Amino acid sequence: MAEMDTSSGGGHKKGPGVKKGKKLSTRVDLTPMVDLGFLLITFFVFTTTMSQSTAMNMNEPKDDPDSQLKVKNSGAMTILLGKGNQVYYYYGQLEAATASEQFKSTTFKGIRALILEKKNGTPIDDLMYIIKSDDQSTFKNAIDILDEMTISAVPPGHYAEVTMESVEKMLLRETEKANGIQ
Amino acid sequence: MPKVKIPRKSTIVDMTAMCDVAFLLLTFFILATKQKPPEVLAVKTPTSVSSKAAPDKSILITLTKEGKVFLMLGDETKKADIINDINTTRNLQLSPSELNRLIKKEEFIGMPLNKLKSMLASSVIIPATAMEGIPIDSTNNELTYWLRSVTNVYAGGDQRKLQEMLLIKGDGQALYPIFKNIKKALKDNELFKFRIVTEGENVPVGSELYKTGKKAEH
Repeated sequence: MAEMDTSSGGGHKKGPGVKKGKKLSTRVDLTPMVDLGFLLITFFVFTTTMSQSTAMNMNEPKDDPDSQLKVKNSGAMTILLGKGNQVYYYYGQLEAATASEQFKSTTFKGIRALILEKKNGTPIDDLMYIIKSDDQSTFKNAIDILDEMTISAVPPGHYAEVTMESVEKMLLRETEKANGIQ
Repeated sequence: MPKVKIPRKSTIVDMTAMCDVAFLLLTFFILATKQKPPEVLAVKTPTSVSSKAAPDKSILITLTKEGKVFLMLGDETKKADIINDINTTRNLQLSPSELNRLIKKEEFIGMPLNKLKSMLASSVIIPATAMEGIPIDSTNNELTYWLRSVTNVYAGGDQRKLQEMLLIKGDGQALYPIFKNIKKALKDNELFKFRIVTEGENVPVGSELYKTGKKAEH
């Protein structure tokens, strides 16, 4: 009753009208299923470890006008962040006569080499990077430049964020116009 | 000599066991991985070489692409205290049921203080994406009040713990002045140390940091 007829032909024959059921193996080839299983494992393992949020430390200075840091002109490099991921920079202090020559533009790709060049060419005690962000620059720019400082191993305390002065803002606008940055 | 008969063995291996293992592992990984909570506010964070993992429990200030600011109080033990504190200090006059709704139901705080009561009183649930965000202009920086309540509640406790929990998660496209105002709100409350949520990135080969070989600490 509950048995399956597994005997091959030759045994007792059924009636002439009864069709003989074809004998099928109950074994399934599991290879593709194993493949699929491991494929899914690999997928999950990769996707879970890849996206990890990290946290970057920020140390803001106290706004204390009495403890303003004096920066040597020879050791200062001012980095200005503008519209469209553009970076502008100058060394020392802006002189009215030569301002347009001092004021140079670059990108985030180029700034790394310039930071490093300044760092290697300046005694570490004099070194100071002054970062100024324009209102048109993005949050990403502000984080990226701080990250550049970490990448170039500039010690903390040798860079600071300062608000932009109107002269610099004007120069920045002019340079943007000249370079056709929208 | 009679011939030695080598029994012909089948080359088919039974895959059942392997299949079992594969799916067991699959189930394990799926169940063991902690699911990221679905992000209500889509924020694409900038990248940094920092390798420190962002903590789960945090006081998170979210800055969206459009420049809207939201606050999320992740420390469940203190959330009620903080909200009660701002209710009294800013005289919001929220009823107990409204307070309860803000504490239990609302994940993101993203409404101007003067509109908070009407939002909590109405039965309509506004999704975080439709909220106005906390006003953060230089003239009306309400985040300062929120953070003041946070510092009030944490006062006397471990300040380092608070510093570790303070996170800013901003979209890369957000404009700088809003970030500046967030920093100002933090600084006005004597919170000088905080952290920025970023996406991990490898240290560029050949850079100073790469040469020193140490992991980024900042």
